[in-house]
Amino acid sequence: MKAAVILFPGSNREGDVARALKHVAGATPTVVWHADTELPAGTDLVVLPGGFSYGDYLRCGAIAARAAIMDSVRAHAERGGLVLGICNGFQILCESGLLPGVLVRNARLRFICREALLKVERTDTPFTSRYAKGAIVRYPVAHGEGNYTADAETLKRLEGEGRVVFRYVMPNGRRDDTQVLNGAANSIAGIVSSKLNVLGLMPHPENHVDPLLGSTDGCGLFESMVDALERV
Amino acid sequence: MKARVLVTLKSAVLDPQGKAIEGALRSLGVPSIASVRQGKVFDIEIDGTDQAKAEATLKEACEKLLANTVIETYRIEFVG
Repeated sequence: MKAAVILFPGSNREGDVARALKHVAGATPTVVWHADTELPAGTDLVVLPGGFSYGDYLRCGAIAARAAIMDSVRAHAERGGLVLGICNGFQILCESGLLPGVLVRNARLRFICREALLKVERTDTPFTSRYAKGAIVRYPVAHGEGNYTADAETLKRLEGEGRVVFRYVMPNGRRDDTQVLNGAANSIAGIVSSKLNVLGLMPHPENHVDPLLGSTDGCGLFESMVDALERV
Repeated sequence: MKARVLVTLKSAVLDPQGKAIEGALRSLGVPSIASVRQGKVFDIEIDGTDQAKAEATLKEACEKLLANTVIETYRIEFVG
């Protein structure tokens, strides 16, 4: 797997993602500076890591979404290449128009830093094939603006097309939209593009890939991408 | 030419920061606060004197970056 992790000023999870890619997928990614205009030749996967790109000025991800490298990321996505946006990366994907909707301030205003329980809603994507359908996984979250929202029509389209891949659930495994940790519409934690090759999610699978950290629930996501790329 | 761009959340979008400020004002005893919505102000200086042209430029700035039209609306005012 040839992976590129885009580094924006203020990104701070690029090391975590690189470590997870190496540890789980055996791939040492190239770190690409945001002002570059081209991805390394043969890039299979682009990761937009978590953090606070450009200090979250204006809106989370807004300035990063207009960075020079993003034209190449967009072209890579259009070619069907894999793009993974985690946390701030998800915000950048929404701001850049690669995914619909927007992430706004958590409903109860607090920055949330803890583990979240997520239901894997579908397993026929390049990111989730290693999970069992309906599996409940534990990924950490750390965000102040992870409240996913979109207009009613977009939400209806996302649900109709089955593009919600990860949803926050209660300890009983059920979804409860009145109790969702950050207020996200329909308890949405992660969505994919219509071609299924772009995933954005707020929680951090890259931080649960080692038993030392209490869980390896995130491994499945990285292993799924390796499988998907081997199939190509 | 000086312009002011005001970006505010659409009325249907929950504004938790505005709500928090509203609550704080109430608890301070400031009278007659019905509701508060928070927004952003951009003071922008533009070269040239053609207002129509400037307005088109500012619209472009809003659509491309200053506002996320999924959740926000913007208003352009010329000041002095």
